[in-house]
Amino acid sequence: MLSMNLEGLEMIAVLVVVVLFVKVLEQFGLLESGYDDSVEDELELSAVRHRPEGLEQLEAQTRFSRKELQILYRGFKNECPSGVVNEDTFKDIYAQFFPQGDASTYAHFLFNAFDTDHNGSVSFEDFVMGLSILLRGTVQEKLNWAFNLYDINKDGYITKEEMLDIMKAIYDMMGKCTYPVLKEETPRQHVEVFFQKMDKNKDGVVTIDEFIDCCQNDENIMRSMHLFENVL
Amino acid sequence: MATGVAAWLPFARAAAIGWMPVANCPMPIAPRDNSKKQDELIILNVSGRRFQTWRTTLDRYPDTLLGSSEKDFFYNEEIKEYFFDRDPDAFRSILNFYRTGKLHYPRHECISAYDEELTFFGIIPEIIGDCCYEEYKDRKRENLERLQDDQEENMDLKMPNMNFRETMWRAFENPHTSTMALVFYYVTGFFIAVSVITNVVETVPCGATANQKDMPCGERYTVAFFCMDTACVMIFTVEYLLRLFAAPSRYRFMRSVMSIIDVVAILPYYIGLVMTNNEDVSGAFVTLRVFRVFRIFKFSRHSQGLRILGYTLKSCASELGFLLFSLTMAIIIFATVMFYAEKGSSSSKFTSIPASFWYTIVTMTTLGYGDMVPKTIAGKIFGSICSLSGVLVIALPVPVIVSNFSRIYHQNQRADKRRAQKKARLARIRIAKSGSANAFLQSKRNGLLNELLELTGTEEDEQKLTQKSISLLESQHHHLLHCLEKTTAHEFVDEQIYEQNCLETALQTYPSRSPSVSSHDSSTRTCCSRKRKRNVPLPNTSLPTTHSTHQGPLQELSAIHIQCGDPLSHTASRSNLNLKTDESSRINCKSGRITTAIISLPTPPALTPDGDGLHGPPQRRPPQPPSHPPPLSIQTTTSSAGANIVKVSAL
Repeated sequence: MLSMNLEGLEMIAVLVVVVLFVKVLEQFGLLESGYDDSVEDELELSAVRHRPEGLEQLEAQTRFSRKELQILYRGFKNECPSGVVNEDTFKDIYAQFFPQGDASTYAHFLFNAFDTDHNGSVSFEDFVMGLSILLRGTVQEKLNWAFNLYDINKDGYITKEEMLDIMKAIYDMMGKCTYPVLKEETPRQHVEVFFQKMDKNKDGVVTIDEFIDCCQNDENIMRSMHLFENVL
Repeated sequence: MATGVAAWLPFARAAAIGWMPVANCPMPIAPRDNSKKQDELIILNVSGRRFQTWRTTLDRYPDTLLGSSEKDFFYNEEIKEYFFDRDPDAFRSILNFYRTGKLHYPRHECISAYDEELTFFGIIPEIIGDCCYEEYKDRKRENLERLQDDQEENMDLKMPNMNFRETMWRAFENPHTSTMALVFYYVTGFFIAVSVITNVVETVPCGATANQKDMPCGERYTVAFFCMDTACVMIFTVEYLLRLFAAPSRYRFMRSVMSIIDVVAILPYYIGLVMTNNEDVSGAFVTLRVFRVFRIFKFSRHSQGLRILGYTLKSCASELGFLLFSLTMAIIIFATVMFYAEKGSSSSKFTSIPASFWYTIVTMTTLGYGDMVPKTIAGKIFGSICSLSGVLVIALPVPVIVSNFSRIYHQNQRADKRRAQKKARLARIRIAKSGSANAFLQSKRNGLLNELLELTGTEEDEQKLTQKSISLLESQHHHLLHCLEKTTAHEFVDEQIYEQNCLETALQTYPSRSPSVSSHDSSTRTCCSRKRKRNVPLPNTSLPTTHSTHQGPLQELSAIHIQCGDPLSHTASRSNLNLKTDESSRINCKSGRITTAIISLPTPPALTPDGDGLHGPPQRRPPQPPSHPPPLSIQTTTSSAGANIVKVSAL
């Protein structure tokens, strides 16, 4: 028993010595270790830089004047010097406007709505196109944009689940401290009300035509569409 | 809301259209943006360097100077620019703050200059970005410490009205304030040393007597050592009680470390006195003697270095704790390993794990006594690993402690250096002050001379005639001082004339015991007549009013003296010629009471030239520097009793 202990410990001692020896050799570069160094990582380009199309093209494509485009671009480039906004920055910016709640989910949906070519970043053109619709477009275009926002998987139909997600995202922005106190089923109830109003044929989904029809018949909605016209 | 993202607000509002179809209630009305002016470029002219930016950039932070209407105060209509007379280099970082939303601290800027700029432009320093905030805070703390040290020294000199208790406490805390304190300081230091040496020598074997074996000195000369001990303890007790009496807050004093050390140092003696008769507690009595060694800690009041060391150790408590913890861990690990490695070998000293602790500690601290050594191969391998790792574990926290000590030590050195330079600094300040005072008096003399010349039309010394052209600023300053003179019905003179006047007063009042009689006459004199009396300094001019001059200044002086108060009568009668400058009277003067002109005259023969000088110009006399003790030395003091400003030697 004693000799076993001795042998066992001696083996461990020998192992330790061997390990130390290997480490010393590695230090001297005589032994290469298996894993690759991330040398290539350092050569990776630090940031994607994007330059927008010319001013004239943007003027033609959007309904903004030259001066307005200049102001917009200056603000945009100031906040995002690289010329594109990725989703995290987008969420940060949007979260600053709603400090009490959590605006990240809604910002995610918004980002998807702005990112029309779905490449994961919003360039200045996307930004300006979206704003052009929202601020200078016809009511039809605006409603179209809103439908696009609600339709998360872009299949042309708004299901109850999609609407529930959107509704929860909106209510998340309110945060905890509201009056009256937010209850668990409030978003769901809101969705029910929405569907009752919008879903004419009661098939459980809302199509674009149902949506537009219903909104055009609703005075409140029509009035609110014109609310932000003088933002810029 | 961070106004840095104000540019995104239009976007956020536009995106709100996404809520509209979902909403059940009508939306509130949007605010109208009436200020539809175009975005324009603003030119900010900072000391000649022009910065340009958009107006909206500046409007981002409306609670600063540039973002609010406060900048309209700086608008210059002619050049249509906002002109600021500030440092353009510092302005760069301020304008960048508006542009990028982040405030940076440029490292080459002086911290107080930068702070001033920030305050001027209404920016709070807390918004300095994370990249520069640490540096800013460090520099600010350093600066504050530096200023604090300065202030602490100034406070030493103030406080004229202290009662006995406060004086004593100050004497205890700062031994260099008075001679008594210094004496006390050295005496206590000496007795601490004596006490410690006594304790040490007590145990030295003193040489054997005839029939007894070698015994320590303490047992041989019991009485002598007992007397010495008693004396020291008495001194310490007295000192402790005095400190207790003088302490401003007795409770806090009793809780402080130094007082606990004091108590622990003297308590064993008293306990020993009480307990000498009991045999069974004599063992405890012997143990108590150990506490006498705490007397050596009393030296920390006397040594700055000890205090720094203690302070360093306290501030490095976390590093020391880490060191201890890691050492303990390593000790336990290695002790266990060594125990099991050496278990097999016969006659091994490693009988248990706690017994191996001793070996591990000795090895890790590289002491290596050699009383316990491993014999098996495995034990030797692990033993060598143990000693190598010991060096590392100890070497890691030590630099942190060292750097802390170095920082604190340098701080203290800086304080000492500043104290040494203070004299030079004060001298510089004094020279600057007297320079401006002399300028005023010079200009007055020149002015008076010019008046006189116009009056008498005589030629004067060339040097007096040189009318130096004084700048507008100087002339306005002089005018101000003139107004003050007129207000208080007193005049500024320089020290020589004052000396002379005091001298004349002494001569005049020495024979006559009732200066009060003349005071009533002179009090009726007006300012103007007194001004003419000032023409005593003119050489060889016989002015109509000169005959009364030798009376005038004296009476004026005595008048002032009487107005000031009572103790003057003592000093006036006390003006015997061999009076030496009195230090204590200087202190009295500082207490803001009276101007006591205490004059010390060396010998009678010196009087006669002075006596002649009554009519002559005091400027002919060699100017006696007031710092020279033997000849005339004047205490020029200002009484705080309102407008009785007698003579001011330095403005």
